[in-house]
Amino acid sequence: MSILLNKKTKLIVHGLTGAQGSFHAQQCLDYGSNIVGGVTPGKGGTEHLGRPVFNTARDAVKATGANASLIFVPPPYAADSILEAADAGVEVIICITEGIPVMDMVRVKKRLEALKASGKNITLVGPNCPGVITPGECKAGIMPGYIHRKGSVGVVSRSGTLTYEAVWQVTSQGLGQSTVVGIGGDPVQGMNFVDTLKLFQADKQTEAVIMIGEIGGSAEEDAALYIRKAMTKPVFCFVAGKTAPPGRRMGHAGAIVEGNAGTHASKVEALKKAGATVVDNLSGIGAAVAAKLKPAKKAKAARK
Amino acid sequence: MKLLEYEGKEIFERYQIPMLPRCGVIKIGDCLEKLHIDGPGPWVVKAQVLAGGRGKAGGVKLAKTPAEARDLAGKMLGMKIITHQTQGKALTVEEVLVEEACAIEREIYISAVMDRKAACPAIIASAEGGMSIEELAHSHPEKIIKVAVDAEAGLLDFQARQLAFDLRIPQKNFREFTQLAKQLVKVFIEMDANLVEINPLIISKDGRLLAIDSKIVTDDNALFRHKDLEAKPDHEASEIEKEAKAIGINYIGLDGDIGCMVNGAGLAMATLDTVKMAGGDAANFLDVGGGATVDQITRAFQIILKDSKVKAVLVNIFGGIMKCDNIAAGVVEASKKVKINVPLIVRLEGTNVEEGRKILAKSGLKLEQAGSLWEAAQKAVKAAR
Repeated sequence: MSILLNKKTKLIVHGLTGAQGSFHAQQCLDYGSNIVGGVTPGKGGTEHLGRPVFNTARDAVKATGANASLIFVPPPYAADSILEAADAGVEVIICITEGIPVMDMVRVKKRLEALKASGKNITLVGPNCPGVITPGECKAGIMPGYIHRKGSVGVVSRSGTLTYEAVWQVTSQGLGQSTVVGIGGDPVQGMNFVDTLKLFQADKQTEAVIMIGEIGGSAEEDAALYIRKAMTKPVFCFVAGKTAPPGRRMGHAGAIVEGNAGTHASKVEALKKAGATVVDNLSGIGAAVAAKLKPAKKAKAARK
Repeated sequence: MKLLEYEGKEIFERYQIPMLPRCGVIKIGDCLEKLHIDGPGPWVVKAQVLAGGRGKAGGVKLAKTPAEARDLAGKMLGMKIITHQTQGKALTVEEVLVEEACAIEREIYISAVMDRKAACPAIIASAEGGMSIEELAHSHPEKIIKVAVDAEAGLLDFQARQLAFDLRIPQKNFREFTQLAKQLVKVFIEMDANLVEINPLIISKDGRLLAIDSKIVTDDNALFRHKDLEAKPDHEASEIEKEAKAIGINYIGLDGDIGCMVNGAGLAMATLDTVKMAGGDAANFLDVGGGATVDQITRAFQIILKDSKVKAVLVNIFGGIMKCDNIAAGVVEASKKVKINVPLIVRLEGTNVEEGRKILAKSGLKLEQAGSLWEAAQKAVKAAR
């Protein structure tokens, strides 16, 4: 088991024929992801990377039975692509695009909530994220595939390269990942930490979770509440931005401390109180997880 | 992007938000006669800087005569201002606004913000304006009013009425206020803002409802549909920051002496934190971007080294799609073009890392390599001492 994606996932790529879409879709194909087609308005009926291209998401879903979308459409049009995928009945929508206006995402969220209320099953991941990967089964995103290894650690993060760093440490420890989810660095986004933690908690393959947060917003504080209330699996956290000056946007639109909200101290305190392990030094997160999981493995082996 | 008070007021005017008549703005080098000051007065002279608390720092002065207003404006230009919001740094006053003044009966706080959790805009207001809303939220949270707003419908009539009653707006100004609240939300939505704040909104002794100050922060991601805003200078960014932005590098200057070059915003933030933990201070935040090409790396070195405080440079790159051997070649290539005369510490990790490390080792460049971020930070701190 894993969450969101597995080897049965049928993926369509929005913006497949563009430079970013082509490059990353090829990488996903090389990894073994089951990309069944692409969507580029006006290029329907052609073929790209050996896959059929459709004019609309609805055409693509009808012809291929796709159940997941990967979006590489430029910022002015990306919000529309998310809604197009949702309307076509796609259940997992992963939006990589960076730079979508917040107000566009506010409108997207409202429509998605309405669709969900009408009984549709839709999960949006991102935008401004590296995507999702279930090692050995499906890579839907821009992360380097080879650093991952199939295993039992779930990873969820607001940042791209920071996720790679944590994943690499886990792999270097001889452990692996169940699924790695980049939820993205924007202030208004699809699934959040709590949504992801719930999936990991319910997933049999996942034995521990790494959660990488950063300053700004209250997603980490909300996650802490959930961890305390319902999480039985160990959670290991790192929160980036301890030394960031207040009021300045540190790259990610969402990583900004406004007033007294979203500070590093408040997040770390909440997570520690909830019983999560918070590492101060990023370089130690892999070892911290290994220290917890490896003895358990050895004990299990000894019993056998 | 943060707008200056007068830039925000120009937008308010387009949305019919009531304000006092403005007499003009002068910049350093402008003739004081550019200000159209007439009438009985008094006038207020306000330094246009992006920091709250300027009044206490001498950035807001009252003038009784036009001559006094001009004199004060002239003196204020070029003045240095330090407030509780400038983190010890002095801001230079480059522009001054002069407008009519009035006697204040009551101060109210009102703003439109983005409620990230609810994923919708919200109005935040308090019958007690004038003071820091953060302080009030902390000491008297019950005095803060919050109204969730639908981004498509705007502030509804009944919401505006409820807000007016909650804020105890006098009968005389009631309709004026509900109109203002709705327009405030309109500014927020149509300008793609992250914050639109009026602090204070006042009722004057003579019974007028007036926006005395303006603070607007816009969403950089939406600049493509606001060409007028895009053309405005970014008052918050330093010269180096502007230069970096123009070539697609995300750079923010800081106070320390260790220059940092990192790929990815999260990893860049974590690098600053790790440097601090190792006992040092970073000179900058720099995200070189996902596709760290030779060109980008060269430019990033140039940007980092423009800061004369830099005593060592730490390069921390996680090679994903961009492989480590290519990045190493980029660093070697860049160092041929840019004279790096401070210690250089490089930490590469990821795809083809062994090849990358070999390229660096064989390059003959004076640099130190590190296996982990922690090791790199410690080496950089030591080298900067």
